[in-house]
Amino acid sequence: MALLQIAEPDASPAPHARKRAIGIDLGTTNSLVATVRHGLAVVLPDAEGRPLVPSIVRYGENGVVTGYAAMAKQASDPHNTIVSAKRLMGRGLADLDGDRRFPYRFVDTPGMVRIGTRAGVKSPVEVSSDLLRALRERAEASLGGAIDGAVVTVPAYFDEAQRQATKDAARLAGLPVLRLLNEPTAAAIAYGLDNAAEGIYAVYDLGGGTFDISILRLAKGVFEVLATNGDTALGGDDFDHRVFCWIIEAAHLPPPSASDARLLLVKARTAKEQLTLHDETAIVASLSDGTPVDLVLTRTTLTGITANLVAKTLQPIKRALRDAKLAATDVKGVVLVGGATRMPQVRRAVAELFGQPPLTNLDPDEVVALGAAIQANKLVGNRDDEDWLLLDVTPLSLGLETMGGLVEKVVPRNSTIPVARAQEFTTFKDGQSAMAIHVVQGEREKVADCRSLARFELRGIPPMAAGAARIRVTFAVDADGLLDVSAREETSGVAAHVSVKPSYGLTDGEIARMLQESFAHAADDMRARALAEEQVEADRIVEATRSALAADGDLVDADERARIDAALAEVARLRAGDDHTALRAANAQLNRATEPLAARRMDRGVQRALTGRRVDALSD
Amino acid sequence: MARVHGVAITRSGFTMIDFTHNHFALFGLPERFAIDAAALDAAYRRLQSEVHPDRHAGASAAEQRVASQSSARLNEAYAALRTPLARAQYLLQLHAVDAIDERDTQLDVDFLERQLARREAADVASVAGDVAALEALHAAALAEVADLETALARDLDRAGADFSGAKPRVRELAFLVRLADSLDAMIAALD
Ligand SMILES: Nc1ncnc2c1ncn2[C@@H]1O[C@H](COP(=O)(O)OP(=O)(O)OP(=O)(O)O)[C@@H](O)[C@H]1O
Ligand SMILES: [Mg+2]
Repeated sequence: MALLQIAEPDASPAPHARKRAIGIDLGTTNSLVATVRHGLAVVLPDAEGRPLVPSIVRYGENGVVTGYAAMAKQASDPHNTIVSAKRLMGRGLADLDGDRRFPYRFVDTPGMVRIGTRAGVKSPVEVSSDLLRALRERAEASLGGAIDGAVVTVPAYFDEAQRQATKDAARLAGLPVLRLLNEPTAAAIAYGLDNAAEGIYAVYDLGGGTFDISILRLAKGVFEVLATNGDTALGGDDFDHRVFCWIIEAAHLPPPSASDARLLLVKARTAKEQLTLHDETAIVASLSDGTPVDLVLTRTTLTGITANLVAKTLQPIKRALRDAKLAATDVKGVVLVGGATRMPQVRRAVAELFGQPPLTNLDPDEVVALGAAIQANKLVGNRDDEDWLLLDVTPLSLGLETMGGLVEKVVPRNSTIPVARAQEFTTFKDGQSAMAIHVVQGEREKVADCRSLARFELRGIPPMAAGAARIRVTFAVDADGLLDVSAREETSGVAAHVSVKPSYGLTDGEIARMLQESFAHAADDMRARALAEEQVEADRIVEATRSALAADGDLVDADERARIDAALAEVARLRAGDDHTALRAANAQLNRATEPLAARRMDRGVQRALTGRRVDALSD
Repeated sequence: MARVHGVAITRSGFTMIDFTHNHFALFGLPERFAIDAAALDAAYRRLQSEVHPDRHAGASAAEQRVASQSSARLNEAYAALRTPLARAQYLLQLHAVDAIDERDTQLDVDFLERQLARREAADVASVAGDVAALEALHAAALAEVADLETALARDLDRAGADFSGAKPRVRELAFLVRLADSLDAMIAALD
């Protein structure tokens, strides 16, 4: 049968144009955006040449301001000026219990905490998205157009809820997210490629709000994370808080107002940073009621009052080494990341544990964003750097609740991702037609000590004797470290589909509402945006399909080719119109038509790689 | 958390890549207990370079899904061959022998007595904070692990090997690996 001749859609963008790719380090204290320019990763500064953006968002009388402009108001307008929102991502109010340092008006809602502001009740996801939007705009201005792809970093020890919240924030900010990348891994990429490093490396990342330790093996262009550990609520902020408490005590102050508290925290941070270079520093302030504060803090005192914070970072290092089955002496170099690693007491502790001085030949503030930019550049398809591969892990074990409130681990921590694992369960009553499934994350044996991720019910199990049903629950963690759970009853062949409400995240409905609010309301805008998104998607699939057919066209027979061509033609026809729903359906249809080809191409790739190995083996 | 969707892992209507049924063949290795670890690592990396989702980030949704599934399969196969214990279990499984059968967990009485005595000694040392004693027990357990691995290589890699007969050894190996891990944890807890 002759192949159907169909005019090629001509809507796709120039095939070899360089794409605009960015890496974003969304920090607790500071955020950055970087890109790869002329083969070199660079941070994109603001108009004044400042590379960092303070991670502060102010809901002011005249709209939202971010960064330095917001920072200037943090003491005078504390309730509407949100700092360290990252520490609230994916967290409920109960998680913050006893954490009195946030002077916000928290709104007690089920799930993630909300903050009451002048501009209404805000979730930490919305606050973060306001920051990300500012970074996106900076990048667009600098690169001269819309962003094609972004990599956003997260602490390696971030759990599912925190990762999902970050991805939602990026989506809300209109960023095309290619990947969530772990911060220490990003640093390792930047460092490793820059120094042609080979061997075992540790990345110690102590930022403003989070601590991560990752152990990696760098070999022949492969960055393999062996183990990771950390504490997502430990960072420079905690050191500031210790100094703040010290000030209150030393100056005999009564509990301060929100505004005075913010002022003193700022003073505390400045003092802490001063003591990195100096032996002592003055803390001078005047509170809102005129009370003067005039103290001297020495480095010795600072080291003393923060010693147990530094010590808290050592246990995770030992655990990570143990998981990697390595000794501290196996580590060839320790890369320091994060502003808080400038403190001499931190460097001393790290040097002592690893028996070697840490590597400090890179900028601890910028390295994460640079690594993210390098990965974004690669993922978006700009091939101008050397070839390398990243293999990362999932930081925390994932499991299910079983009898007696115990956890059955399905995916152990430090499993290389993507990972898919299945576990079989059965019914314990005759005729049982439903089964409750409770997904948890954490290392402890009891469900109560782990983080509850989601609960769902598998319904519609056909009537069977107790123990006869075979319910297969599959956990799949993707390359972003995000989890997807599905369950089906195997003996009946009936696949029951389940869908779960995230317990600590935002629902799809909430996201849709926020998206709507963040755009100039009108339904037309929404539709225009939806159409633009589908058109971009259409171009992407068409380009991918064409190149797949060009490279491996011999893998499809005439029938299949005809189906693909018809789907291509349909996409081309609708691409020119303005019906985004129809275009979405056509895109999905083209995706389905190319699925078998995708599988065969992957298989061919595997075969090719295997053959390559054999050739090598012969020539060895 | 979580977009926990009920998305089925494989969509009906098309066959997944034939990743072959045998992990050894997948990595181009002979089906043996004693393997060339460097060759396994190299093959794993070479294959991951081909299928990893990062290599297909710009591709169609279909291709991305296949990449993610393939990469996960590869990780599973690699995990099954990487450690001697997992490898022994996999080899037995290939020959239709389930080494860690829940209904049949018998261990040799002498072996059990020896291990229970060890566990007791470990608990005593742990309470007393005697790191040196724990280290000694750990080293002894690892030595026994190494002996078992040598014996398994001899039993499993010869022509006409009795895979079912190797069951007790594999079970002992599993027991000792767990013991060594918990000794390691006890040592870590003390420093
Ligand atoms: N010279 C210095 N001495 C001591 N601490 C410093 C110094 N410079 C910066 N810091 C601290 O580093 C922290 C900010 O580090 P960084 O910008 O790396 O964090 P972040 O990336 O925003 O946070 P995270 O990675 O935890 O989300 C702040 O607590 C700041 O006070
Ligand atoms: Mg950081």
